[in-house]
Amino acid sequence: MDLTEYIELVFTDYTLRTITLGTAVLGAICGMLGSFAVLRKQSLLGDAISHAALPGIAIAFLIIGTKNSSIFLLGALISGLIGTFWIRGITSKTHLKSDTALGLILSLFFGFGMLLLTYIQKKPNANQAGLESYLFGQAATLLESDVWLMIIVTGISLLVLLLFWKELKLLLFDADYTKTLGFNIKFLDILITTFIVIAIVLGLQTVGVVLMSAMLLAPAAAARQWTNNLAVMVILAAIFGAFAGVFGTAISASHNNLSTGPVIVLVAGVFVLFSFIFSPGRGLLFREIRFRKNRNDLQLHKTLSFMYNIASTHEDIGHPHAIKILNNFQGFTRKSLQKLEDKNYVKIEGNMWSMTESGYHTAANLYDLLIKDEDE
Amino acid sequence: MSEKIAVRIDDLTVAYNYKPVLWDIDLAIPEGVLMAIVGPNGAGKSTLIKSILDIIKPIAGSIQIYGKPYKKQRSLVAYVPQKGSVDWDFPTTALDVVMMGTYGSLGWIKRPGQKQKKASLEALEKVGMLAFKNRQISQLSGGQQQRIFLARALVQNASIYFMDEPFQGVDATTEKAIINILKELRKAGKTVIVVHHDLQTVPEYFDWVTFLNVKKIATGPVKDIFNDDNLTKTYGINYKVSVQQ
Repeated sequence: MDLTEYIELVFTDYTLRTITLGTAVLGAICGMLGSFAVLRKQSLLGDAISHAALPGIAIAFLIIGTKNSSIFLLGALISGLIGTFWIRGITSKTHLKSDTALGLILSLFFGFGMLLLTYIQKKPNANQAGLESYLFGQAATLLESDVWLMIIVTGISLLVLLLFWKELKLLLFDADYTKTLGFNIKFLDILITTFIVIAIVLGLQTVGVVLMSAMLLAPAAAARQWTNNLAVMVILAAIFGAFAGVFGTAISASHNNLSTGPVIVLVAGVFVLFSFIFSPGRGLLFREIRFRKNRNDLQLHKTLSFMYNIASTHEDIGHPHAIKILNNFQGFTRKSLQKLEDKNYVKIEGNMWSMTESGYHTAANLYDLLIKDEDE
Repeated sequence: MSEKIAVRIDDLTVAYNYKPVLWDIDLAIPEGVLMAIVGPNGAGKSTLIKSILDIIKPIAGSIQIYGKPYKKQRSLVAYVPQKGSVDWDFPTTALDVVMMGTYGSLGWIKRPGQKQKKASLEALEKVGMLAFKNRQISQLSGGQQQRIFLARALVQNASIYFMDEPFQGVDATTEKAIINILKELRKAGKTVIVVHHDLQTVPEYFDWVTFLNVKKIATGPVKDIFNDDNLTKTYGINYKVSVQQ
């Protein structure tokens, strides 16, 4: 299936349209809320929550005996929240650090969930088939009602973010200070954590328990590279998340056997990689370029100031000198001399160089020049 | 100086896990003083401030700000946390951080408007950081970050200021600028309480001092109690500081 065919299908084929819309909305809400998780340095919390949700799904199935994604969602939500509050409890009541608590809850809940899954598989109930798809997700099972639920939850969380924007920003930056100003940080903490749990639970059906945390973190990590403004970061993360969902679905739909969840996560991963390398402010590439440019500039300045010292011993600053004279100084190359000539700081004739008026002036005020550069 | 008491602490005991950090502290801080809290590492200086500000729950004791509990007197109190307590890579600008000082008076949900922005710009100007108002905070030097924190507290327009090591990691120029602002605050009748590490500068900067090492060792005017005896009691070794009066 090629691209035009695919785009046509998105608009005509009901299933594909549902899946595309669903993964887009899921990516958006995860990116949005994931920004908060990343900035609170709770990146791994998402991983623990998604794993902690598994026993909830299994228990929900054991109770109702059939597959019903809404009931599973509820089960996952409850068990995800229990896991989260246990992590909180462990860190606040014991000496254990949060990474230990996260690891403990993650593996305990996941282990218990796997145990229940194998127990269910041994039972003579034909309905259990496909329950294990919650491990890696199966976007194809998305129904229109699931997508509607995602849209409603996204709307509500957007509303909550807008309403408590000021308070949440303050909490993210400086929790103690938030408390001294009289804001209830426990309430804010529970509010944002609950929505993160809801977003994760919503994604389990599509992306699965194991990979869900990537949906939360990757768009946010990518977005952080491009901006220094929290609002822009949240919006960008939502957009990256949505695009990861759409592209991921497109790739998996056009390559018949690829499972959607992992492809979406990989696409999000590509966004992260691209952002880490190519973002202008924080990216590795531009940093390296800036670094080299600075080093070259500095070398040029060093050469110029060396020439200045020589030229200033003569009455006529334009007095020509042999290039050889620069030999005991390591900072110059033919290229850098050429550059100095391009800037009209020196004149080069054969094996001689001489300083120009403007070069002399620049060299005399090199330090001031550097300071001015920094202010700009 | 009036004899009004700004902060009164009675029988305060704080413990992390089982180890007491502050033991049975009684302290009365008079209104209008510029007070240093000094003591060795782990003496509980930051904890004392955090307990007063209700960030840490004490095991026992009572704390009153002008005769009432902190919860009722929030608007009278401003706080400058340790610079290292936050992540300066947070995506925001200097002006935005200072604006946070207005959030308390705004209360829930209400957004800052022109009035809050104006006050924040004024505070930035006072600390000499107006030119950096749109600068991303990670691109500020340590001293500039400290000034931003100070401006955020100034914008709260409080009566009592608590500052946790505002001179940590700042250069001499910034230190002078900060101390001048603190002295101005005192001149305006405010009470300023500072966790301080540099004993040499105590007599020059402060008029009141509290020696703390889990227990309160001494508190009072610098000229009366800032002496080798109290320093030795607090730091445990024979301390000799030339105190110029």
